[in-house]
Amino acid sequence: MAVCVAVIAKENYPLYIRSIPTENELKFHYMVHTSLDVVDEKISAMGKALVDQRELYLGLLYPTEDYKVYGYVTNSKVKFVMVVDSSNTALRDNEIRSMFRKLHNSYTDVMCNPFYNPGDHIQSRAPAAPLMAVSVRRAFDSMVTSMMIQVC
Amino acid sequence: MEAAAGGGCGSGPPLLLSEGEQQCYSELFARCAGAAGGGPGSGPPEAARAVPGAVTAAAGPVADLFRASQLPAETLHQITELCGAKRVGYFGPTQFYIALKLIAAAQSGLPVRIESLKCELPLPRFMMSKTDADIRFGNPAELHGAKVQIPYLITEKNTFKRMDDEDKQETQSPTMSPLASPPSSPPHYQRVPLSHGYSKLRSSTEQMHPAPYEARQPLVQPEGPSSGAPGAKPPRHQASLIRSFSVEREPHDNNSNYPDEPWRITEEQREYYVNQFRSLQPDPSSFISGSVAKNFFTKSKLSIPELSYIWELSDADCDGALTLPEFCAAFHLIVARKNGYPLPEGLPPTLQPEYLQAAFPKPKRECTLFDSYSESMPANQQPRDLNRMEKLSIKDMADFPVPAQDVTSDDKQALKSTADEALPKDMSEDPATSKDSNSLKARPRSRSYSSTSIEEAMKRGEDPPTPPPRPQKTHSRASSLDLNKVFQPSVPATKSGLLPPPPALPPRPCPSQSEQASEAEIHPQLNRAPSQAADSSPTKKDIPYSQPPSKPIRRKLRPENPAPESQEPSSTVGGAASAVTGKPHTAVQKQSSKQKKAIQTAIRKNKEANAVLARLNSELQQQLKEVHQERIALENQLEQLRPVTVL
Repeated sequence: MAVCVAVIAKENYPLYIRSIPTENELKFHYMVHTSLDVVDEKISAMGKALVDQRELYLGLLYPTEDYKVYGYVTNSKVKFVMVVDSSNTALRDNEIRSMFRKLHNSYTDVMCNPFYNPGDHIQSRAPAAPLMAVSVRRAFDSMVTSMMIQVC
Repeated sequence: MEAAAGGGCGSGPPLLLSEGEQQCYSELFARCAGAAGGGPGSGPPEAARAVPGAVTAAAGPVADLFRASQLPAETLHQITELCGAKRVGYFGPTQFYIALKLIAAAQSGLPVRIESLKCELPLPRFMMSKTDADIRFGNPAELHGAKVQIPYLITEKNTFKRMDDEDKQETQSPTMSPLASPPSSPPHYQRVPLSHGYSKLRSSTEQMHPAPYEARQPLVQPEGPSSGAPGAKPPRHQASLIRSFSVEREPHDNNSNYPDEPWRITEEQREYYVNQFRSLQPDPSSFISGSVAKNFFTKSKLSIPELSYIWELSDADCDGALTLPEFCAAFHLIVARKNGYPLPEGLPPTLQPEYLQAAFPKPKRECTLFDSYSESMPANQQPRDLNRMEKLSIKDMADFPVPAQDVTSDDKQALKSTADEALPKDMSEDPATSKDSNSLKARPRSRSYSSTSIEEAMKRGEDPPTPPPRPQKTHSRASSLDLNKVFQPSVPATKSGLLPPPPALPPRPCPSQSEQASEAEIHPQLNRAPSQAADSSPTKKDIPYSQPPSKPIRRKLRPENPAPESQEPSSTVGGAASAVTGKPHTAVQKQSSKQKKAIQTAIRKNKEANAVLARLNSELQQQLKEVHQERIALENQLEQLRPVTVL
């Protein structure tokens, strides 16, 4: 399943990044970072066409021997990157698309909150109040978790 | 007494009390009843329900008393049952005495039976430990605090905030033990008066207990209602009272199918929320956008994460906008949070939009009441404030600041307001508010009139036919023939129904009067036309000199016009001008000249201010241009440097 999910802002800094095997996070962070170049490439390639025509789902960005990296861009240039375990061959493109769609929906729910400033880190725990788990962001988080846990 | 006790007991056994017992019991009963019925006319609803006018001992102090007897709870249960309090639902004198007797019996080791009453028993002993008593008294108080909080959320956010803080303190309530000084117990219930007015809301206030507050003692609530004691004793959390004594007396969950009482919105709160909604968005069926709501809720001074959380809870459809039920839910959560309730993990069922929509389906009723002042929140709040003497809190409602000082003062004011009046006042407020709003609206109109008084005067200057005759009042010498001539023809003119005013002569030559002068010139001509032939020649000469004074002056001069009419002015043109200029300084014109001076000085000042501002503006514009140029220069530099770094 998805081993790492990242939401990258328009300015190419991460809004949210989470990976499952927590011991080797740095590797995933690096993979996400390098995938940004590929994302930019794909965007610019389609850039001549109208934005509407550009499909949001970017598909496989690049494969490594262990992992595959998929990308998705919103119309506001917010990028979702998902790293998937290569061993999971049953994962079809449609499933990836649906996962991205869910991610996008959760992200919009987070954005709908007027107290969320675009560009803020999507954190599921307010720093000062441990009890104040921010629910939509928690929902975002839990949705990501569900994606990660689902199949694997 | 015994017979009476026996008779009053009804189906209970006859109570034989010795003298000592009698005295003790009556004293105890008086204390308990005294603690209960503090307020004039505001007895406990339960007692009122049971026996209007009868003296009853409220369950609270009674329960405390019984507990102080240090008997096990079961025994106390039994005693309560036996004495008949449960049966009749209240502690009347008979029941109380029986209970005391039974307590004495139990303490003596006798079984709790009716037969025990017949024995000669020592007086019941009540252990009065301060802390126990305090806690017991404190707990009901904090209960009330908790209960009262919710209904008063709408008007006393500050006070509740303070209560919040106090709740969190570990304080001991008053030092008096309940038996020793029941009259002091009212201070504990300082919050109660506030809720008391909402007698019909009590059932809902009952519901407002959050889960942690287990004990419910509604009877205790009314007992110190109108104490009006400003000494706010802090209500405390975590009451762990015995429910048994109060359970049967509770006005029970009438309408709660949900266990989460603090999340239930009362009618008043609902109205308040709807008003606030309308202040942001006139159409109650539409929604408030996110940014508007954000600004509004930010005023509540809650932290952003909390507000964000509340939003996420309340915006059920996640559309970035709040409909009326969503808004009410959000507002209620904010209010609850301000009062110290932790926010729930999920939206409580009572705050679900569907529930809210169904529960309170009549915003229209409020519409009609509040239509007249939908835009002015302060106007809305003011009548309530006036009624409840909580002006500060209402402003705070509007602004959501929570200063402690305001809180305390508001609290005291709130305490002073009797609860009874609160609710009727609500109803009276509504027509009052509409009247107030109308009057508020009317006032600006009148103000506008006053501001244009000069123009009004000018206009009115047109109306009165003739200017007052200066000469008449004072200097005979000043009674220039010119003036009289000026006035005179105007009289016939006006009498003939013609135009307006003959130009009164100007106090002094002023540029502001140039227009008046021209006007005046026209007028004399017009006036003179119908004037009688005798005046024709002199009037023509007067024309050039007939500059009108300021209009107010003209107005004043006119009424006196008929007087000089009788005098036949002969014109001396040469002297007329000087006389004319001198005229204004007559006593008659002095007031108007002062006004004119004032106006002129004001005009001058405004012009100066204008000039200063214009200068400032031009300076700032120049600065802006310079800054622009700098920016352009920097951008050029940046572009030059950029190719180097990009590669």
